[in-house]
Amino acid sequence: MTEIPASAAPAKAADETSGAGDTSGTGSAHGALKIAHRSPLRKFLSSSPAYMGLVLIVLVLLFSVLRPEAFPTTATGRNISLDISVLLVMAVGMTYVMVAGGFDLSIGSVLVFSGVVMAKTMSAIGGDGTFVVVAGMVAAVIAGTAWGVLNGVCITLLKVPALITTLGTMGAALGASQIMTKGTDVTTVPNTLLKITTSRPLGFSWLVYVAVVVALVGGLILAFTRFGRHTYLVGSNDESARRAGINVNRHLIKLYAISGALAGVAGAMSLTRFATTTISGHATDSLQVITGVVLGGTSLYGGIGSVLGTVVGIFIPAVLQNGFVVTHVQPYWQQVVIGFVLITAVYVDHLKRARRDRS
Amino acid sequence: MADPLLQARGIGKSYGHVEVLRGVDFSVARGEVTALIGDNGAGKSTLVKILSGALSPDSGEILLDGERVTFSSPESAHDMGIETVYQDLALAPELGSAENVFAGRELLKPGLLGRLGVLDRRTMRDRAREAFVDMGTDVKDIEAPVAALSGGQRQSVAICRSVMWADKVIFMDEPTAALGVRQTGKVLQLIRRVADKGIAVVLISHNMPEVLEVADRVQVLRLGRRVAEYRAAETTVEQLVGAMTGALEGKAA
Repeated sequence: MTEIPASAAPAKAADETSGAGDTSGTGSAHGALKIAHRSPLRKFLSSSPAYMGLVLIVLVLLFSVLRPEAFPTTATGRNISLDISVLLVMAVGMTYVMVAGGFDLSIGSVLVFSGVVMAKTMSAIGGDGTFVVVAGMVAAVIAGTAWGVLNGVCITLLKVPALITTLGTMGAALGASQIMTKGTDVTTVPNTLLKITTSRPLGFSWLVYVAVVVALVGGLILAFTRFGRHTYLVGSNDESARRAGINVNRHLIKLYAISGALAGVAGAMSLTRFATTTISGHATDSLQVITGVVLGGTSLYGGIGSVLGTVVGIFIPAVLQNGFVVTHVQPYWQQVVIGFVLITAVYVDHLKRARRDRS
Repeated sequence: MADPLLQARGIGKSYGHVEVLRGVDFSVARGEVTALIGDNGAGKSTLVKILSGALSPDSGEILLDGERVTFSSPESAHDMGIETVYQDLALAPELGSAENVFAGRELLKPGLLGRLGVLDRRTMRDRAREAFVDMGTDVKDIEAPVAALSGGQRQSVAICRSVMWADKVIFMDEPTAALGVRQTGKVLQLIRRVADKGIAVVLISHNMPEVLEVADRVQVLRLGRRVAEYRAAETTVEQLVGAMTGALEGKAA
């Protein structure tokens, strides 16, 4: 397994840093006073996103060598990017929630609910045109945000565990969608929306651009801003965050609201792509998203994670799926492989954590 | 003693029918390490919580620099230059030392980026490094997660964090309780240096030899009252234990 040697790098890197400047040559913690810091490059190379990125590159190369005429093509790139765009948008929200030590199972159902709200809003306004579509999209995002705020309030103020709260809203949001549609998908959407689906600037669907923008903005905010730093703090030690003067509950409610809002965006994207509300098609979305986020190195215990890792983690299952199709392996193998890769990734993460905490 | 920097007079606090503090007097001076000792249940933690703004007293008054103050929250005490190093340290284990030092007090970049909430990581790292060097702590890798540091280094990070933000008083709750001999020595040196910067340090400890080693003065609580006050140089472990348990009546130094 490639990640095992790679995961030894943090310890090694730290040793080398101390060894380099320590004239006594012992490299022990008791040397002369020095405050060094690891080079950012070395730090990055020892991180989970880096070795999962390596796995991703190996997979792409492998399938490209096996089927050079079928895999490394624009069509494959287009398929994979379109497949993951909806999941990636939700995964960015999930990354925030999980970095803060939370969990959100409800996003798949919130996606469906938001799509239904969008379709209903558009048919209620009636007619066609940009205004109708924009109004529908705004309604979808508001609907998603509302579920997110509900999750956040239940988890923080009512202190219902995140797993149970979002399991509850997962069922409730799906049920509410079915009530609104009486159980049958809404399949009438304005022509303007269909035009968005068929236009492909520079060969890629609009959905892909939305996903890229969400990932970019989400990644930058998490990595470089005070809001992002507080997210890590809350996930790493909420008591510490509280004593540092951070309003932990308010921050968590914001994060669940973001997760809900992005599920709303994903609902609008899904409706745009399929021109139907696909009520029964998203039962496993939240699990796929969580799988991707965890594969990308975000810790289940909070405090660690990045959007870059999430992008890699969302790509891996999609590349496997498409790779198996072109190499004529039954695509069901994808689920089997991803299941075990997920377990391995978390095991390796656990090992790294144990090694670090032993010192 | 010199002019007390922080002084408490007649502090009382009850929880229901239980009277935890019965008119405690307490004072600390700039540049001194004052040990606060007492048996379990003597009221040490309650007193420290009151003096650091985490609890409000039922009676009595607190004077800072001779002026009467009330703390509505730990934040209001922070604003007056008073910090607490908790026993559990309250560090975020996944974040680095510099990130912990600036937790909740992050510096932002100047200009537009700062208004967008972008962190000034370089300045925070440099200032944290400066503080660590200044205090003589050996945190080697300022970016390594705090969980990867030794217990003593973690304690040092927590102490340096409070030194960066407090210019008056720092309370330290059992700072060496979880440490080995070597690391205890280093942390005691650090405590001494903090006091030498002109800060009043209040050290809560159960370890009598350690108290005598590092403190300038010792104040003993028993059953919610200050029962004795000694100059550390002029007292012994037996005397301190006697005052704590009530076997001896101590005299104010």
